[in-house]
Amino acid sequence: MDLRRKLEILADAAKYDASCASSGGQRRDSLAGGIGSTTGMGICHSFAPDGRCIALLKILLTNVCVFDCLYCVNRRSSNVPRARFTVDEVVRLTLGFYKRNMIEGLFLSSGIIRTPDHTMEELVRVVRCLRLDHGFRGYIHLKTIAEASPELVEEAGRYADRLSVNMELPTEQGLATLAPDKTLPAIRRSMGQLHRRIEETQAERRAPRFAPAGQSTQMIVGADGADDRTLLRTSDTLYRRFRLKRVYYSAFSPIPDTSHALPSKAPPLVREHRLYQADWLLRFYGFGVEEIGGAGGMLDLDIDPKMAWALAHRDHFPVDLNTAPRETLLRVPGLGVRMVDRLIDSRRHRRLRLEDLGRMRVPLRKITPFVVTADHRPTRLLDREHLRALLAPPPEQLSLF
Amino acid sequence: MPDITLSHPADVDGWRTAARRLLADGVPPVSVTWTVAGEQPSLFADDPAPLMEPPTGTVRVPRRFVELADMALRHSDPERFALLYGLLWRVNRDDRGVLHDPADPLVRRAESLERAVRRDIHHMTAFLRFRAVETADGDGGKDDDGPYVAWFDPAHHVVEAAVPFFVHRFAAMRWSILTPRRCAHWDGRAVRFSPGVTRDAAPDGDALDDLWRTYYAATFNPARVNPAVLQTNMPKRYWENLPEASLIPDLVKGAAERARGMVEAAPTAPSRFGRAVERTRR
Ligand code: SF4
Repeated sequence: MDLRRKLEILADAAKYDASCASSGGQRRDSLAGGIGSTTGMGICHSFAPDGRCIALLKILLTNVCVFDCLYCVNRRSSNVPRARFTVDEVVRLTLGFYKRNMIEGLFLSSGIIRTPDHTMEELVRVVRCLRLDHGFRGYIHLKTIAEASPELVEEAGRYADRLSVNMELPTEQGLATLAPDKTLPAIRRSMGQLHRRIEETQAERRAPRFAPAGQSTQMIVGADGADDRTLLRTSDTLYRRFRLKRVYYSAFSPIPDTSHALPSKAPPLVREHRLYQADWLLRFYGFGVEEIGGAGGMLDLDIDPKMAWALAHRDHFPVDLNTAPRETLLRVPGLGVRMVDRLIDSRRHRRLRLEDLGRMRVPLRKITPFVVTADHRPTRLLDREHLRALLAPPPEQLSLF
Repeated sequence: MPDITLSHPADVDGWRTAARRLLADGVPPVSVTWTVAGEQPSLFADDPAPLMEPPTGTVRVPRRFVELADMALRHSDPERFALLYGLLWRVNRDDRGVLHDPADPLVRRAESLERAVRRDIHHMTAFLRFRAVETADGDGGKDDDGPYVAWFDPAHHVVEAAVPFFVHRFAAMRWSILTPRRCAHWDGRAVRFSPGVTRDAAPDGDALDDLWRTYYAATFNPARVNPAVLQTNMPKRYWENLPEASLIPDLVKGAAERARGMVEAAPTAPSRFGRAVERTRR
């Protein structure tokens, strides 16, 4: 099989992993030798027609897999064509693309061949060759195979910027039905091990390097019955217990050769979007996980979760932009973290008026019902029953067909 | 009425020297005219002023101003020199804190120049592509150190500001970056700048373009097609320079059909491999 065909199969097989970050961790350059750099800020070198960032060469070493996770295009029972890269092929592709400034680095994962240890060994061989034989200083994200031996994980962490173990589904029951070869305790054990090593390395300056950009994970949305509340609670625990850098949510997507055990319809992509918004509220806006989302355990698809919270807590509003503390401003719909800090800077110099907000490009239509400025106070608006209708985007026009 | 002539469009150092001098002499912003050598002089220019001596005393400005000016002065807006001097005047004369007031109209204008320049630099680091010229094997082997040539068409005068990124990343390679404004050449040790050139001075393709297109098409998930987001993040003006861009129209057009195909396809029987493994694991 030629290299081009392999690349086609093994990139196709890897694309359902949503992670694309190439940021964080050490800063490196190649002034003293080698090739490549990391600036701390990832760069998207292209965008796919699905709107997703292309920063890394995201491929599998092989899509042969002895596991049978039903949502996965690579499960052993699937009839997709199989391929396998040699170590040298991955190295050559990575360096070739990198030197042309097409990528920030490599995202390498693999189907489980034979045993977790055997698979992990193969992955480590690739990154060892890149780092040691070629002096590659670009970004490397390596999938860690749950239940691989600690020595292999240790070596992986020495070469990789980021390691990740995928959670896939938030409940034991979901895993049992859809990913019968995986278990929650094993996944948690792997995450716990990574967490321990990352912490140790950070505590000790002279410790050998271990995954300086931390660990992340991914959960699949809409393949099992788990609701948004369950997903968010899981994320919240992962952030707090294992200090994960990111949880990715990947709306279950139709794949070639679908299993009949899966829902025939993909969840709306907007659900995934709302989960990301809620996830940000957890991490950067001081929201508790139980505050987000309605009684039904699902996020509102029509309006963003902060707006939904505000509409359900009208007694917290209006907020005076000239006096309210930062944590209160963070709860105002339409105000992002950066904007809040700019408002705080600005109000040291002036009493904020609507025209100031306009100049700072605050979304006025969204925010005016919730705030007080020197020249504005919402009166009836907050009480109006149809505030929600006013703020929710108009329903999509039906097209005549 | 002092007429300051800067040596090139991104002459930040020249501007700083002149601005310090003017400030020390108490020359207010309204009475200064700024021009770039070789560009259209302003209508009422006096005789060019003699080369400026830097003033002896130092002018102290907040660090934030230096940062802001260093970016904003690379914008293509012909007013940028005057605008930044106006701001410097205010910072120095009466209002040190003004820089921290994003609602101030002058600060806001300077910040929007700064933003545009940062964005341009970012786009340059993202969408510039090196192409290998005359290598024996153009497949990324160990000896594949160049020379490489890249073409890029920045919207502002950002070549000098973007070059350190490429030096840090590709120090071991030899490369040239060609643009219509200015060119930069790295020989493994030092950077040399030269005047801008036209598009036809740069090579068009590279041996790896085909593999990259293969990757691009394969990493795209047709079930999530969203060309609007693609275009916001990767503006069309860069497409000409990106080998993968020629695929976009067809990938978008065929997406719905492919996604429907996947949903409608009847489930197949487990693969032979799958059944074999199944037996051993039971
Ligand atoms: S282990 Fe499961 S998710 Fe991973 S490649 Fe194999 S089948 Fe897919």
